[in-house]
Amino acid sequence: MDIFTQQLVNGLVLGSIYALVALGYTMVYGILELINFAHGEVTMIGAMVALSVIGVLAGVAPDLPGVLVVLGGILVAIPACMLLAFGIEKIAYRPLRKAPRLAPLITAIGVSIILQNLAMLIWGRQYVSFPEILPTTKFEFLGAHISLLQIAIVVLALTIMAGLWLLVEKTRLGRAMRATAQSREVAELMGVNVDRVISATFIIGAAIAVIAGVMVSAYYGLAHYYMGFMLGLKAFSAAVLGGIGNIAGAMLGGLLLGVIEALGAGYIGDITGGFLGSHYQDVFAFFVLIGVLVFRPSGLLGERVANRA
Amino acid sequence: MQSNKKNYVVAGLLALLAAGCGKQQESGDQIVKIGSVAPLTGPQTHIGKDNENGARLAVDEINAKGLQLGGKKVKLELLGEDDQAEPKTATIVAQKLVDAGVVAVIGHLNSGTSIPASKIYHDAGIPQISPSATAVAYTAQGYNTAYRVMANDAQQGKALGQYAVGKMGAKKIAIVDDRTAYGQGLADEFEKAAKAAGGAVVAREFTNDKATDFSAILTSIKGKTPDLIFFGGMDPQGGPMAKQMKSLGLTAKLLGGDGLQNVNFVKLAGTDAEGVVASSPGLPIDSMPGGPDFRKRFEAKYGVIQVYAPYAYDAVYALVEAMKRADSAEPARVLAELPKTDIQGVSGPVKFDAKGDTTGGAVTLYQVKGGAWQVLETVK
Repeated sequence: MDIFTQQLVNGLVLGSIYALVALGYTMVYGILELINFAHGEVTMIGAMVALSVIGVLAGVAPDLPGVLVVLGGILVAIPACMLLAFGIEKIAYRPLRKAPRLAPLITAIGVSIILQNLAMLIWGRQYVSFPEILPTTKFEFLGAHISLLQIAIVVLALTIMAGLWLLVEKTRLGRAMRATAQSREVAELMGVNVDRVISATFIIGAAIAVIAGVMVSAYYGLAHYYMGFMLGLKAFSAAVLGGIGNIAGAMLGGLLLGVIEALGAGYIGDITGGFLGSHYQDVFAFFVLIGVLVFRPSGLLGERVANRA
Repeated sequence: MQSNKKNYVVAGLLALLAAGCGKQQESGDQIVKIGSVAPLTGPQTHIGKDNENGARLAVDEINAKGLQLGGKKVKLELLGEDDQAEPKTATIVAQKLVDAGVVAVIGHLNSGTSIPASKIYHDAGIPQISPSATAVAYTAQGYNTAYRVMANDAQQGKALGQYAVGKMGAKKIAIVDDRTAYGQGLADEFEKAAKAAGGAVVAREFTNDKATDFSAILTSIKGKTPDLIFFGGMDPQGGPMAKQMKSLGLTAKLLGGDGLQNVNFVKLAGTDAEGVVASSPGLPIDSMPGGPDFRKRFEAKYGVIQVYAPYAYDAVYALVEAMKRADSAEPARVLAELPKTDIQGVSGPVKFDAKGDTTGGAVTLYQVKGGAWQVLETVK
């Protein structure tokens, strides 16, 4: 039982992070029908910038509480990545908005490769370690070890998701985003500044990605120019699982995928009697992706996309 | 075909530029190309660059001293290639080096890349000396071209297994490996030795060489209450694994091979690295015959030594000594001389047995104490 609880906790933490990154994929897809493959790299750049600032802060003011240092890192990284995402959209996607859909998809992959290599040049090839400045308090809950950091990750992720939902459903910008998603042309005719809405979508996605990136590096204690790749693929799978283009779907998909991965990797060996082992951990995400595409292409909550198609 | 050739020329030129050897050569010198292959992108880049730097230091020294073969002045040129630690990329760059006309290759870094590449070098008839591939399979293929300067996994795994049960008192052991030829090979050899010494293996779990999340497998291991966890893999995985063990409340000790025994592991695992034990083939760098001196020369040029640089350095010297004895850089003649290698390298004496394995197979065990690796003991 305690093992099961622990696996559930592992999965929820992992899933919260997937969900945050998945939001960025799904928001952009909802509006542009573009899979922004550079989003995983934006997450990585966010983590790297934050980590650099954290390193400097921790060196300059060693007495500052760790939480404030990390907050400082996030506060610098968010505007940096917002600017980056704004620039990516403006340079790489906007000129191709009227082009066939495959063209921006390929530029997205290109941007992703450029960012990865840029990060390698700036931060080097080594794994950058996250300084041990956050409290490592642990709790026991139904036999599972839960750290303060894990609780913070899940709570913060849920808060951000709720905030985003409020933004999309209750504000003017949110209404403009939904209108643009339904029909760009009609929204434009109604006086919505579509370019600005699209930029805003990229910027919001980037801000959330930074927080996810810092969460990943704090949780695993490291960051690396390569980290955005797998994270991006998993988050993309999560977004498809929930129904790409659907914000609630991305949250659900992320959490579900995290739990599926944790339980899958934890139990597959025992269930198959050692025939299949935990090396299949990464496969679950992609099994889920294929399964969803075959049996329910619109995802769990994705009716809206189906309607439009 | 035409464009293919052009590609190779372009790639060759790029490699020249990347190697910083794009300058015009003085006339008269005969250029002898040596390949160096290691991952220069991806998670193991720091170790890969370390190997290349080790080889480059040797090449630069030999060039500075001047080398004469067959009465002609010879200038060595090192072509550094990136195999991304990927077996399939390894075969591509191996072919590229063969086409570029290298007379020998120092590499690859990983066993998983050295093994598939070794067939290409064997077919081309050029010697390959790996500084760091330790999988038993590498030299067991019957190729007269495959050599290594480091103790193999059978020697290392045996020492680790005996140490775990004998000295660390492990009774219930969990084993994790990263499914690479190195990780899996070392874990298999460890398992054999640990079982032979009387330990029980209660769990065998797997991950990959790009993973960072081990909470699921560690939780499942925790349910089997082992007192020791052995990890066959490298530091980018070992570091976070040590951290996650602590945060999951696992009290088992972590034991690893040479993939963990480096500075980066301690950086990544932070305070959770404390008490971790890992082995490394050969002697600790400061106990190596030429260690402290090598460290000085290396650090002046490239910074901190990661792990295998001294072995890459020795591999170049073993090769060049064979060239000198053959008085030629022709691969066939160098190959005939390699088995007679008997040099005093930085890492210790370099001699090969009939398979191409090194005969001086010491294994040293280290433990992290106070944030740094401290020598526990050396097993012969």
